[in-house]
Amino acid sequence: MANVPEGLYYSKDHEWLKVEGDAGTIGITDHAQSQLGDVVYVELPKAGDAFAAHAEFGSVESVKAVSPVYIPVSGEVVETNESLADAPEKVNTDPYGEGWMIRIRLTDAGEVDALLTAAEYEDFLKSETE
Amino acid sequence: MRYIPNSPEERQEMLRSLGLGAAEELFDSIPAEIRLSAPLKTPDALSEIELLERFETLAARNAAARRPSFLGAGAYSHYAPTIVDALIQRSEFFTAYTPYQPEISQGTLQAIFEFQTLVCQLTGMDVANASMYDGSTAMAEAVLMAERVTRRSRVLVSGAVHPEYMQVAETYVAHAGIELRRTGFDMETGRTTIDEGVGVEGGALDKSVAAVVIQSPNFFGCVEELKAWADRAHAVGALLVVVVTEAASFGLLRSPGACGADIVVAEGQSLGVPLSYGGPYVGLFATREQYARQIPGRLAGVAYDKQGRRGFVLTLATREQHIRREKATSNICTNEGLIALAATIYMTALGRRGLQEVAAQCAQKAAYARKRIAALEGFSVAHSAPVFNEFVVRAPVEAQGILRRLADEHNLTGGLALSRYFPERPNDFLVCVTETNKREEIDALVEGLKKVWSLESGV
Repeated sequence: MANVPEGLYYSKDHEWLKVEGDAGTIGITDHAQSQLGDVVYVELPKAGDAFAAHAEFGSVESVKAVSPVYIPVSGEVVETNESLADAPEKVNTDPYGEGWMIRIRLTDAGEVDALLTAAEYEDFLKSETE
Repeated sequence: MRYIPNSPEERQEMLRSLGLGAAEELFDSIPAEIRLSAPLKTPDALSEIELLERFETLAARNAAARRPSFLGAGAYSHYAPTIVDALIQRSEFFTAYTPYQPEISQGTLQAIFEFQTLVCQLTGMDVANASMYDGSTAMAEAVLMAERVTRRSRVLVSGAVHPEYMQVAETYVAHAGIELRRTGFDMETGRTTIDEGVGVEGGALDKSVAAVVIQSPNFFGCVEELKAWADRAHAVGALLVVVVTEAASFGLLRSPGACGADIVVAEGQSLGVPLSYGGPYVGLFATREQYARQIPGRLAGVAYDKQGRRGFVLTLATREQHIRREKATSNICTNEGLIALAATIYMTALGRRGLQEVAAQCAQKAAYARKRIAALEGFSVAHSAPVFNEFVVRAPVEAQGILRRLADEHNLTGGLALSRYFPERPNDFLVCVTETNKREEIDALVEGLKKVWSLESGV
């Protein structure tokens, strides 16, 4: 069973969001990385790029496929995880830690309410596999 | 491809197993009103001797085929060693297609890998793909790639890029939300210019520009200052795309990569591929390693298995359309396999020194022709920039008429009248000289121009 830590917000596209004030950190979930297989490349936006909620902000390339990644809430990119350029496997080994992808400044904190809690995301995963 | 003979009995058996009485029934699903009800109206069959005579008569009417020619403008007459044709006609190569089951196509993949390596060496770039359809589609793909890399949607294309390349690019981007803007060129030098606003916000070359596309040698034969264009493009965060239609020039000119190009595309026809009425040709496409994931088309790579044995693979295939669907880097899922192989054999057979010699001969013969024509009464060389093997001649009267008289009265194809693409330049024509043009042919061209003009002017 996939690891779904408490205290994060989740999207149905399998991204997680950690909120600290108006700052957010985003990555893909343990379930997503296990479905993708070995990640070989992560394409990320540039700091300063702004995205509306659910827009594609980058892509994850595994040995099987290239998959878009979507931003769970609207925001402006403050920082990207540049270490993924040399070590994309961090997305597999530590999806909620060193495998983070972007840090953003949330432009509409209210959007967080529409995301799933850990328990809701676990239920969602179960319903998807059934 | 195997030859599988079948007898009338076997055909009957096949039809029986399909539950059909005659082969005609295979076409029953095609409505009767659009099917041919009677045999085509073709002449009666000829004997083999009669047929050969008929074709020889027809071939003899093609006077231009045996006429010394100074046509270039994107397709070039070069000598290809016999080994090119001999090797590509081997059935293993001749019938093969781009590898869709790469693991069983090791020889084909190795040939593609070597092609890519040679293209990188030729262009001075880090990574090349398995080839594109031709130079013009390669340029159009470079425009699309520049948009992917920079996420900007305006592209500046030099006014001295081959006009037909521009048309192909326009077709490719028509529904891609990319704006192509054509720059001017300087009539004196023959080189690309941007009239206003280089590096200025809202100007022609500002931070909204994804790429600057420069052909060198350009359509008028002039060698462009690529390093300066690279600096101008990079100053606003745009890419420099360099287009080469005459690949023989790689043997003499500084490589586009060394000049700072980000993407280099070229027509590979000059590398051992016959003119054959305009195709099939092969497009070369190379870029810097940092953009490898944005490269269109197929990419062969080398890999090692668990026992350390070398093998060839298709790599980064996840970007391709059969996997990534509408998000693919390109809708090309193939390459010009056989023609790329011909270019590979050509480059390998000639080697570095051979390519340099071809280029040197082209440049020297063109320089000789250019000097002699410029010295003719009434004629001048239109542009001052250095050239490789093509140059524009300005005639005293309309070039069309002069070229027609050269063909009719002197049995020479003297070049291409620029009025076909530039109606405002009726007197200019483009002359191309390659290593296949003998000195006597060049002298005959000079004499022919002299005589045609002396008759026209009544001197």
